[in-house]
Amino acid sequence: MSKGLERRKAILSDPVAQFERAVEIREFETQVNALFASGTIRGTTHLCNGQEALAIGLASVLRTDDPVSATYRSHGIALALGLTTESAMAEIMGKATGCCGGLGGSMHLCDLELGLLPTSAIIGGGMPIAAGAALAFQVQGNDRVAVAIFGDGATNIGAFHETLNLAAIWKLPVVFICDNNVYAEYSRINLTTPIEDLHIRAESYAMPHFALDGMDIDVVREGIQSAVDRARSGGGPTFIEAKTYRFAGHSRADQALYRPEGELDSWKSRDPLLLLEERAKKSGKITDAQIADMKVRKAKEIEATVALCQNAPEPSAKTMFENIWSRKVSQ
Amino acid sequence: MPAMRVRQAIATAIADEMRTDPTVIVFGEDIAAAEGPFKTTEGLLEEFGPIRVRDTPISEMAFTGAAVGAATMGLKPVIEIMFMEFLGVALDQLVTEGAKMRYLSNGKLSVPMVVRASVGGGLGFGGQHSQTLENWVAATPGLKVLSPSDAQSAYSLLRAAIQDPDPVMFLEPRVTYAERGEVDTNLKMEIGKARVVKQGKDLTIVALGQMTNIAREAAAASSLDIEVIDLCTIVPWDKKTVLASVKKTGRLVVVEEQPQSGGWGSEIVAAVSAEFFGELKSPPIRITCPNVPVPYNGGLEARFLPNATEVNYQIDQLMATGKAPQPWWIREGF
Repeated sequence: MSKGLERRKAILSDPVAQFERAVEIREFETQVNALFASGTIRGTTHLCNGQEALAIGLASVLRTDDPVSATYRSHGIALALGLTTESAMAEIMGKATGCCGGLGGSMHLCDLELGLLPTSAIIGGGMPIAAGAALAFQVQGNDRVAVAIFGDGATNIGAFHETLNLAAIWKLPVVFICDNNVYAEYSRINLTTPIEDLHIRAESYAMPHFALDGMDIDVVREGIQSAVDRARSGGGPTFIEAKTYRFAGHSRADQALYRPEGELDSWKSRDPLLLLEERAKKSGKITDAQIADMKVRKAKEIEATVALCQNAPEPSAKTMFENIWSRKVSQ
Repeated sequence: MPAMRVRQAIATAIADEMRTDPTVIVFGEDIAAAEGPFKTTEGLLEEFGPIRVRDTPISEMAFTGAAVGAATMGLKPVIEIMFMEFLGVALDQLVTEGAKMRYLSNGKLSVPMVVRASVGGGLGFGGQHSQTLENWVAATPGLKVLSPSDAQSAYSLLRAAIQDPDPVMFLEPRVTYAERGEVDTNLKMEIGKARVVKQGKDLTIVALGQMTNIAREAAAASSLDIEVIDLCTIVPWDKKTVLASVKKTGRLVVVEEQPQSGGWGSEIVAAVSAEFFGELKSPPIRITCPNVPVPYNGGLEARFLPNATEVNYQIDQLMATGKAPQPWWIREGF
């Protein structure tokens, strides 16, 4: 079994492993942020702090042959699905050992063994693709399920509405998960959208829909499981709105000074890491001292990953000309 | 060999592929029950049923993206964009998602899909339903771009497109749909290979789509011995055949159904000029449409499109003066 598949298996049910993965994702994002701030990494990045429970909950419910079409804010989803920290960090650093050979970057992670389709950096862009994957499963007559996970901002783009409609009339085995983290780029959702509960948009497509607390992994798992079960058994698509909160700015350039006072603190009181820690302790499988050790260990592991990736080889110029067409086209 | 209309050649090519390959599916607006507004999908629903032949809502973005997604999971979708202009609302899914899937999956994903679209002027469809728009897609690495000109090339190129592991944009000149031609269903045509449709030694015309027929007509009426090349594929275009022809004739005329700016012919002229600079008998020229929208009025639309008379006028000028002639709209002071 590959390391990625082992990592996926590890978080399927164990609350301690799920908490540990959340700590890993948070540490990973901390390092990514620092590397961007210091100029070590180029381009841009979009952190997922605050959205870890949704990522891990999703990964723990899906099979590895259920493809996920996610967005440019997907470091957490990728790691939750099982992508190794080395593969993800090397990609973000543009190294040859990254999951896309260093040619994708922070916004373009992919691991097909784990069901992670190439993440899309176009808002709503991955939604029709998930529907298409689901169409393939329907035509092939298998029981695989496709997932599109996207932000609140995507609910205002045409792809969202067209895809919901198409998935509904074709009764496709697809689950739509709106990760409503309250902010679409630099704009609070209420400034761009006349409704607060985004899931009601699915009502006009006669699609089952509901909201859930995206900070609580048990709630997340139960909700997504019900939607996946429906899709797998031929019941068609479901729309889930997971209420989360984006602890960071939109991208590395954004300090998020537009937040109402107190909003961030109020959401941080329900930080998914706190809830996951409490839940892990309740399981009786880990003590406070072990948690403290684990956090130190995780931080060190990610630091070591960074060091490893910094020394990883750069992609060769040749790779720039590969993987464009099925066979190289010289012109 | 059976004679069939271009639209029947298209439907036959799809049906033959669907019979051979169970992963081929077809969808688009009004293509199933209504068999397509241009009857290019006639008989498919009846033979292959509603799982593989589907009508979609008027949602080009969703169904183009669905084709991308389905292609990544092992199907070979053939989708129809009724008029090329309708791809505008779906361009993201083809250019930014579909064409990038192989690259952004580090070579793990293939996207074997065909986007068929009817293109071009001549039928009075007006400014929003008459463009060819190859240049929307020709500058996207990862896509292949084809355009047939008759029943045989429609059949053979479409089969090649469906069999291809990459996303293919298949531009069907709408004005040819009703034209008849003999089709040898065993004849294979390769993507990236042009067809020399008339041999000649004095001058090479490179044309595409319905302009191939204009070029043939011009060649037949000319006192010169003109070679006519039907380019068939814009990306990747057949440099070898074009260069071999111009090496022989020493003269190149590209006939394009496109506004003058940004057309595919510029690529051909640039490559030929670079290869044979100083050796050509006359400057390579492009005969195109003017830089205006397609006019509705029948007389004006006929003037807008390159025709055999204009092609031969410009060729005669070129031969007489050795200089690039002006297009009609400059000659007439527009």
